[in-house]
Amino acid sequence: MIITKQKELKDLLNRLNDKSVFIVGCSECATVCHTGGEKEVLAMKDVLQKKGVNIVGWVVLDPACNLNNDKRLLKKHIKELDAADKVLVLACGSGVQTVSEVLDKEVIAGIDTLFLGEIKRVNEFEKRCVTCGVCELDFFEDFCPVSRCPKSMLNGPCGGSVNGKCEVNKDMDCVWSEIFSHLKEKGRLHKLKCIVEPKDWSNSVCIDRRL
Amino acid sequence: MGYRSNLEKALSERGFAVTVEIGPPKGCDPARIREKGEMLRGCADAFNVTDNQTAVVRMSSMAGCCILLGMGLEPVMQMSCRDRNRIALQSDVLGADAMGIRNILCVTGDHQCFGNHPGSKGVYDLDSVQLIKIIRDMRDKGVFQSGDEVSFGKPEFFIGAAANPFSDPCELMVDHLEKKVVAGAEFVQTQSVFNLDRFVSWMDEVCSRGLDKKVHILAGVTPLKSLKMAERMKFHVPGVDLPDDIFNRIKDSKDQMREGYEISLELIEQVKKIRGVHGLHITALFWESIIPSIVRESGIYHM
Ligand code: SF4
Ligand code: SF4
Repeated sequence: MIITKQKELKDLLNRLNDKSVFIVGCSECATVCHTGGEKEVLAMKDVLQKKGVNIVGWVVLDPACNLNNDKRLLKKHIKELDAADKVLVLACGSGVQTVSEVLDKEVIAGIDTLFLGEIKRVNEFEKRCVTCGVCELDFFEDFCPVSRCPKSMLNGPCGGSVNGKCEVNKDMDCVWSEIFSHLKEKGRLHKLKCIVEPKDWSNSVCIDRRL
Repeated sequence: MGYRSNLEKALSERGFAVTVEIGPPKGCDPARIREKGEMLRGCADAFNVTDNQTAVVRMSSMAGCCILLGMGLEPVMQMSCRDRNRIALQSDVLGADAMGIRNILCVTGDHQCFGNHPGSKGVYDLDSVQLIKIIRDMRDKGVFQSGDEVSFGKPEFFIGAAANPFSDPCELMVDHLEKKVVAGAEFVQTQSVFNLDRFVSWMDEVCSRGLDKKVHILAGVTPLKSLKMAERMKFHVPGVDLPDDIFNRIKDSKDQMREGYEISLELIEQVKKIRGVHGLHITALFWESIIPSIVRESGIYHM
């Protein structure tokens, strides 16, 4: 899932600068992340109204990153949208761009897109992937060091880990400690001996895919 | 390899070498490097010039190395994977060789969030193991990482790596060293040793795998200048293990500088006797002026 985080209210108010605003949410990732579901859209509406922003309408798209769905669903709000100076989108960056493609309005991204991650439990998400283009998880017993190690170390730990925690974030496990414990438990430590070659990033430049 | 660096000769012929670290200035005045070089002349076989250590912007390692070369001192150029991708790193390897630098130390690099530009984008296109192997292949096979051929002069380097005996799990840290050796590292400088017991058990594991026969290990030594520095090392520098007894000795001492100096002499005395240790790497972190007396009094290096 795409994990997102709400932007600071003061930054949003600066971007909206007292204009009439239409709010858009998303039924998928942003709903599960509590950043752009119906509940958050309505809460945003309240907060902005209290700050004196004129909210002319709102909708939760299903999902915001689907171009044809957006065209269909936004058509139903054409009047409210006509009255809006700006559109605030509470969806990931991909959703924001799709909405902007449909509307001839100034579109504001209301949330920050952080990473592809796992829902560990309610309200807790962890990074699992940076869409590097060539998945080599099997080298690493399915713990991804490309995304989960802040230095993307492919051949072992950086030497900064203390008590199994990452030097960059003491709340996170060092992914290399996890790989090591897992391999040890499974009796496959010999796998660590092979030198993993530098990653081929050429797939990461791919910007479209057609079936 | 046609050319041999002093460091390589000292390690293979004398069996023991000393390296000393020189941190470049946060500015472009070459006199800062020259002063340190002059002060440390005759204290070591070679002088490491750090590469934007702790992710703080400083004069480039290659420039610092060239200044030392001009003074007739032998540099070890540190190269970090944090700031450059494989194109820039390989290009700098060629450039460094052209300038006459003959020792290179490959490190992954401290994370940018610890430095003075925490908002920068870390590169980490390669890790240190991969960088070692690439330089080795450029030297021995005359090929770049892509397989493309090096034309007009293959670089000749004595290739080094860093190792941390104090990170855990210990077993994994020895595996990691082994990987660096297989990748092509010829010498290793370790993280500063304060916890002797842990260093000894790491060295035991290193020797039992025969790694001490395949790579020259230089143990890190850092004299502690003050309680403030001890606190920094103990609590804030990732990967350092400063045990309570040493920390308390500094804390309870009336003359902390003297105490720090004594501790480093004691550590040197112990560390140089450990089986498999082929030298010392002294990093004084802006207390370089103490190095000449440490070297003289411990008798580890003679001109
Ligand atoms: S290897 Fe790449 S594609 Fe696979 S999980 Fe890691 S970042 Fe994602
Ligand atoms: S501590 Fe572990 S996860 Fe953190 S940067 Fe180092 S190797 Fe990567």
